[in-house]
Formats: sequence, structure tokens, C-alpha cells
Amino acid sequence: MFWYVLRRVLIAVPLLLGITFISFLVIHLAPGDPVDFHTGDLSPDSSAQAKQMLRKQYGLDKPLPVQYWNWLIRLARLDFGRSFAPDGRPVLQKIGERLPITLMLNVIEMAIILLFAVPIGVLSATRQYSRFDKATTVFVFMGFATPDFWFALLLILLFAVHLGWLPASGLRDINWEYLSFWKRHWDFLSHLILPIGVATFGGLAGFSRYMRQSMLEVVRQDYIQSARAKGLAERVVIGKHALRNAMLPIVTILGLSLPGLIGGSVIVESIFAIPGMGQLMVQSVFQRDYPVIMGNLVIVSTLTLVANLLADVAYGLVDPRIRLGGRRRQ
Amino acid sequence: MRDFWKTLSRNRLALVGGVVVLFLAALAILTPVLAPWDPNRPDVKKILDPPSRTHLLGTDQLGRDVFSRMLYGSRVSLAVGFVSVGIAAAIGIVLGSLAGYNGGMVDGFVMRLVDLMLVFPRFFLLLAVLAFLTPSIWTIMAVIGLTGWMGVTRLVRAEFLSLKEREFVVWSQNVGATGFRVIWRHILPNALAPVLVAMTLGIPAAILTESGLSFLGIGVPPPHATWGNILNEGKETIEIGWWLSVYPGLAILVTVLSYNLLGEGIRDALDPRLRQAGGRFVARSG
Repeated sequence: MFWYVLRRVLIAVPLLLGITFISFLVIHLAPGDPVDFHTGDLSPDSSAQAKQMLRKQYGLDKPLPVQYWNWLIRLARLDFGRSFAPDGRPVLQKIGERLPITLMLNVIEMAIILLFAVPIGVLSATRQYSRFDKATTVFVFMGFATPDFWFALLLILLFAVHLGWLPASGLRDINWEYLSFWKRHWDFLSHLILPIGVATFGGLAGFSRYMRQSMLEVVRQDYIQSARAKGLAERVVIGKHALRNAMLPIVTILGLSLPGLIGGSVIVESIFAIPGMGQLMVQSVFQRDYPVIMGNLVIVSTLTLVANLLADVAYGLVDPRIRLGGRRRQ
Repeated sequence: MRDFWKTLSRNRLALVGGVVVLFLAALAILTPVLAPWDPNRPDVKKILDPPSRTHLLGTDQLGRDVFSRMLYGSRVSLAVGFVSVGIAAAIGIVLGSLAGYNGGMVDGFVMRLVDLMLVFPRFFLLLAVLAFLTPSIWTIMAVIGLTGWMGVTRLVRAEFLSLKEREFVVWSQNVGATGFRVIWRHILPNALAPVLVAMTLGIPAAILTESGLSFLGIGVPPPHATWGNILNEGKETIEIGWWLSVYPGLAILVTVLSYNLLGEGIRDALDPRLRQAGGRFVARSG
């Protein structure tokens, strides 16, 4: 197991370097002088000032290898510079405030998706072509095709505008300070229902389909036949022998779909005005707040890399073939 | 080939998807003839009129006809879908062939590049790149294409890995065909089927991405009418003008759904074995 984890970590190191390199390329995307950015919504004065700040912050007058080296050193020190926004606070501080919110949302989403997708997938696989299976398929296709921002608008229209049951934006009521202890909890929860509902919809569709697929493949295997043949109850065959094996690919897919989930928080957080990293990203794109954009990009992708690594390790833990296979190759 | 059409024509959902896809393409092509109003002409007397006989889907906050704007929007959506998938497929085919045919260091490098690109949450990468570029419809197409080639690369590589061991390939190598000729004439034509499927399923994914970006206000810039733009402008007046929020989204839903159904149908008809790939290449929002 130790060698397996070590191997995974070693594979992650070049990827981490790659993240820094790609984000370095992004800074140099603009044709010509890298600071001749489109600064459309800034006044000429402030855009000249922004260019000056950029040149200084990124040392854009130096040769490229030197620039990249400096960029690396700064990233290693977690120095993302200061925001161009009027508050001029350190980027790391700004992101640090928002990171927990985005993480919390994504963890809740993931838990809900797994909680529902596994039973749905198992049920529709064990009753292939039943009415339930067909309904699931319809749900899956709708989930894939529904734009999440539109779904969010519809939910706001129904639950916030027409029925007035749930708040449409933010995480807390304006009167939060004056609410009683329990009302505070309900208030927070009610703010989460719509965003989490939207964010889990597409993922739930995807995961129930993977689960169904995986289950369908497993139940065809010989060891399931022999489990049945030795007279085990169907409940045990499916719930124990089949489910465990069908869950294996789901762990990998969970890791692979993380970027999609986290990327989805851009749209969900913008619509529901949730102060997370996604909203920060959109705001800084509008304000041309380049240090925050770069910091966000590097941190989000590094976190995804770490999460992928954890998923790999988890996969090794649950599937001995993987970790032993890795060792043999050493 | 005959088997292909037989299987496809038996798949009712795929047929419906195909018909809708053709219908949408026809609408987009005939837009200048079909659109009853100029999509960009404001009318102060008709601000936020609900759907009526003169304005089938109502008017927006500037009094522009929503139906006409949605027709023009379909052109943008389809153009972005096709062009960006074309870019992604071109990159994917070149990199995938190189990696699969050569193996070794080239393969290792290309696959690490794929892994690297997959680490970036797509929307964050798109937003970061777009922040540095002048927004235009071409930028959007290019950026969506350049960040969406990893799936095709993996597919083509996998096909090449199995095809290059086959007898007809080994034979042509032995009689002295150049590497380029072997790739281009012998392997690639046999590897295209899954690419076609991935492209059919990539178009709706690109449409979803474009409309998402436009919805955030960072996509195709106004005055271009796109489905995402209409939704973006409509969300300010969602309490009055529900038609601005309902219809464009419905158009995206129907488009994406029919491409997905068609794509899955083609996949099943081409090769039942590919069914094992599950929904891996199906478009996902987000």
C-alpha cells in the first residue's frame, strides 16, 4: 500500500508543475505585450494603473524562463499578490474566506449524490427494463440535457417568486442576527436547499447511470452465478457480493467527476449569490482582477489534483488488485 | 453499413432525436426567412409584452421579439457547437494518433497532458482564459474547442493501440509504407466510428458550455442574440417576464436532448460493444 500511495504521489508532482505552467501560459495568452489586456470596463487611467501593477507583480519585462521561475517561487510561498479591487487585500486571504463555503457545498452535494445514486442504480439494474428502470432512464437523459442555470431559474421562479417558500439568494437572512438559535439553523438550511438541489441534479443523473451500468456488468459475472448457486438469498447476492464490486468503478468516476462538480459551483454560486470561490471567480473576471483570477485557477486545480489523489488512494484501499498490481510493476 | 441503418432505424428514440436535430438545423439555416421581426430592433412601446399573436414568445426588456431572437440564437448555438467540436476533434485525432501509434515517450507525454488538462475544472479554466481575451464568438469557439479535446484523444489512442497490432497494419508497415500513410490510410479510417459518436455527443456539451458562459455574461457578447444571453438578460425581470426565462432554456434542453439521443443511438448501432462505455461521453451541464 505504501508503494502504491508513493507511486500516486510521484505521478501527481509533474501534474502540479503542469498546473503552474498552464496557468503561467494563461497570463501570456493576450497577443503582443502581455499587459495589453482588454481592459474595456476600466477607465483609461485605472487600466494604465492596472498594467503598471501587473508588470510589477508578474515581472513581465524579464525573460520568460526568469518569469516562470519567479512565478514558481511565489506559488511555492503561496504568494498570490494583492487583489486589484479597491480593497487591495492579499489574494490568499480573499480566497481563504470563500474556500470553506465552496468545499462545504461540494461535500454535501457529493454525499447526496452517492446516497441516492447507488440505490437508484442498483434497483434499475436488478430490474432492467422495468417501469422503474425506464423512469430512471428518462430522468438520466433529462438530467444530462437540462442546463443547470436554467433549472435554477425555474426553481427560483417557482419556490421563491411564486410560492415564497424558500429564499432565492445568499446564505443568511438579513435579520439573521436577531433570529433564535433554531431559526438560524432553519434559515441556513433553507438557503441551501435550492442551490444544492440544482447542483446535485445533473450529477445524480450521471452517477445513477454509471451505477446501473456497473451493476449490470457485475451481475453477469461467474462469481455472482456461483453465489446464487450455493443458495444465497438474492438480497445477499445483490447487496453484498454484487454491490461491493459494482461500487469499485464508482470510486474512480467520483474522482474523475470532481472537476465537473467544482466547476459547476461557478454557475450555482453566481445565480444564488453564494459567496464561494465560483462567485469570486466570476466577479474577478468582470473586474479584470487578474491576481485573484490566477490565484483561483491555481488553487482550484491543485485542490482537484489532491482530491483525485485521495480517490486513487481510496481505490487502492478497496481494491487489492490495484495496489498489488502497482507493486509488481515496481 | 446496412446493419448500421437497420439498428438505428429500429431505435425509436434515436430517430426522434435525429429528426429534431435536422429540424433545428433547418430552422437555423432558414432563420433570415422565418424570423418575423428584426432580432435587434428595440420598441419602447412593447417592453416585456407577454406572448401574443404578433410576438409568439413575447418581447424582452427592450421590446425586441423573443421568437426572432431565439431563432438567431439557434444559429449561434449550432455554430459554436459544430466549430468547437471540430477544433477539439482535430486536436484529439492528431494527438491521439501520435500517442497510440508511436507509444513510448510520445504516448507518455500526450497522456500526461490529457491528465493535466483534466485536472482543471473546466469553467474555472474557461473563465480565466476568457478574462485575458477580447470576447467574441470566435474566441468562445476556440476556447471551448481548446479545452475539450481530451476525450477524443483518449478514444483515438485506444483505437490505435488495438488497431496497430492488426495484420493489415503490420502488413502495410512491412511493405514499406511511411508512418504517415499507415496512420492516415489504414488505421485512422477504422478508428473514426467512436470519434463520430464522441463528436455527436460533444456538440450538445459545447452548446451547454456556451450558453452557460453567455448566461454568466462572459460568453458571446451582445448584441448577438444567443439562448444564454436571453436568459441572462431575462433573469433581471424574472418576476414579470417568465417567458424570457422559460423558452430559451427549453430550446437548449430540447437541442441537447435530441443530440444526446441521436449520439447514443449511433453508438449502439455502430458497435454494440461500445455500449460498455456507458454514458462517459454524454454531455453534462456544469
